[in-house]
Amino acid sequence: MNKFIVSPSPHTYSDETVPKLMYGVMISLLPALAVSIYFFGIGMLIVTTVSVASCILFEYLISRHILKDKPSHLDGSAVLTGLLLAFCLPANMPFWMVMIGALAAIGIGKMTFGGLGNNIFNPALVGRVFLFISFPVAMTAWPEPGQWMLYTDAVTGATPLGLMKEGLATRTVGEIMPEVPSFLNLLIGRSMGSAGEVSALALLLGMLYMMYRKIISWHIPISILLTVAVFTGILWQVNPERFADPLFHLLTGGLMLGAIYMATDYVTSPMSRKGMIIYGVGIGIVTVLIRVFGAYPEGVQFAILIFNGFTPLINKYFKPKRFGKEVVHG
Amino acid sequence: MSQHLGAPSKVLVNRGDEVKVGQAIARAEGFVSTNIHASVSGKVLKVDEFMDSSGYRKMAVQIQVEGDEWLESIDRSDDLVRNTVLPAEDIRKKILEAGIVGLGGATFPTHVKLTVPRGKTAEYLIINGVECEPFLTSDHALMMERSVELFSGIQVLMTGLGVEKAILGIENNKPDAIAKMKEIAAGSNVTVQGLKVKYPQGGEKQLVQALLKREVPSGGLPIDVGVVVFNVGTTLAVYEAVMKNRPLIDRVVTVTGKSLEKPSNFKVRIGTPVSALVEQAGGLPEHTAKVINGGPMMGKALATLDVPVVKGSSGILLMDESESRRKEIKPCIRCTKCISVCPMGLEPYLLMTLSEKSLFERMEPEKVLDCIECGSCSYTCPSSRPLLDYIRLGKAEVAKIMRARKAV
Repeated sequence: MNKFIVSPSPHTYSDETVPKLMYGVMISLLPALAVSIYFFGIGMLIVTTVSVASCILFEYLISRHILKDKPSHLDGSAVLTGLLLAFCLPANMPFWMVMIGALAAIGIGKMTFGGLGNNIFNPALVGRVFLFISFPVAMTAWPEPGQWMLYTDAVTGATPLGLMKEGLATRTVGEIMPEVPSFLNLLIGRSMGSAGEVSALALLLGMLYMMYRKIISWHIPISILLTVAVFTGILWQVNPERFADPLFHLLTGGLMLGAIYMATDYVTSPMSRKGMIIYGVGIGIVTVLIRVFGAYPEGVQFAILIFNGFTPLINKYFKPKRFGKEVVHG
Repeated sequence: MSQHLGAPSKVLVNRGDEVKVGQAIARAEGFVSTNIHASVSGKVLKVDEFMDSSGYRKMAVQIQVEGDEWLESIDRSDDLVRNTVLPAEDIRKKILEAGIVGLGGATFPTHVKLTVPRGKTAEYLIINGVECEPFLTSDHALMMERSVELFSGIQVLMTGLGVEKAILGIENNKPDAIAKMKEIAAGSNVTVQGLKVKYPQGGEKQLVQALLKREVPSGGLPIDVGVVVFNVGTTLAVYEAVMKNRPLIDRVVTVTGKSLEKPSNFKVRIGTPVSALVEQAGGLPEHTAKVINGGPMMGKALATLDVPVVKGSSGILLMDESESRRKEIKPCIRCTKCISVCPMGLEPYLLMTLSEKSLFERMEPEKVLDCIECGSCSYTCPSSRPLLDYIRLGKAEVAKIMRARKAV
């Protein structure tokens, strides 16, 4: 007699897997990666390679020898963390600092909590903030675009947000704006900043691809971007001499990278649509508050980490709409 | 004797009795129960426990087939009868007599559904022309081949319920069936409505929402929003019972599978062995690893082919070795896919975690009992987590907690 397998339903499964989702995100990062290599040349290549390789290595060592688990370094998530970490560092960052950042990202950000799926904070941002606090000088010296063959010896300058923050102490927005790259340059990425954050256009392309593949939904990135636009728009209307316009805020700094790639990290963002919007609006507001009224020129990384911390609470109070909860009589 | 939801029926025959096709061999015990009829003629060999396609051993009557002798009251001709006008009470009685249950798979006795509870009113009759699951095609076949009888059955049900309006919902991937039914229903109170193709569109609550924008309340039934839903196969059985005096002794079963030689829809007598169906469809393919009674999403895996077709057997699906293995379970990455696909707005990832940690009392407020076990969460999970397995466990435990509370 035939022996049949007996198991509970369902008996068929989609072919979606975690590595497939991770590779999907990586594919969507390609335009931004290409732009960064075009503007920052060999520096970007070194930083990215070191970051990705270190993340894989640390994930392997920790999962194998400390957690004594099956090594998880090839499921795509360590590669993605490495890529995203490289994207939010300056392209002239010395390689040993990048390695420390990768150790903080994987070690502190991810593995201490038990590995993939258990971390509270976005690992790449943990790595970035760790480096930002440990090496403030290296983390605020941004190479000027176009120096292909120069790595740590590249000529550096300030980011548009940095110029604005410093300039506003003594001057008005109107006097500072001519020193900021044109909006067209900001869109394509001919600007100073973290290696992967400079081109708003490439990042937006990546977002469209991820939405098309249904890797992310619109809720988080769009609610962040809209909130920033509306909030800075109001401030700009109140006093255009003191507050920069919304377009400037949307196109500069790590906002695009943060809204599209950091805040949408599955593990650390809310589960329900409603929760996602609240999280997005919160990140938008805190980002603007730090940028405009805080001590730092850029605030998106802190805003995301803060709301990562709020995610469990948001999940508890904002549930998906249950079917049949509200009785509708036609 | 338990081919339906509710109390098992009481056997009426003894060993050695001669029975004819269509003769009642078991009677309903209580209201939520129904009659069962001999699907063949011959001599009763045994009244004993047999394993059926649900995988459990149940009381059954084994009949040695002799000839094919039918009860004379049954109209076996193909002539269309549609002029019989009966009062609602008689329709319900005839349906109970004929032992009709929901043929979509749930097997809820049909006469019970036709009895609208006190204080509630039925406004719409909905006929479910959406195959409950992928791979099943029996409803489509019936709509194409027996459209006029189906329409007549709808009218019988409308009278039985006392409603003025009926809607037949069909998925848009069956334009031929939509066109045909529209043509027949033209000028009547029956509207035919195309529906978006998605799973689970054939679930009662999903169907009511898609057609009428009414949400059946949590823990409630469609009648709570003035609707009663029947499946296409059931409606045809009602036509046969009321117009032709023919009890439910056969049904359409889809037999399909990737490697099967001749996947087909068979009209078979209740009690036919599954092995005979597979034989007719070209024989059991070599690498068959799993046999499913029902569809791929909600069906039950069979341990053996030596079980009879029962009233609720909608399909037999054969799966190859390569399709049958589950993948390795990976950690949840909270991608929210299970939440997006859940038709009931639940959070499968959370329910699984609570169930894993035996926090059953926390599953009740999370509405675990609303789960219709459609399997979409387990299907979609990129980490291959057995969400539904754990949710089922949770449902059983929550039901226990609720019963204990009631008992106090």
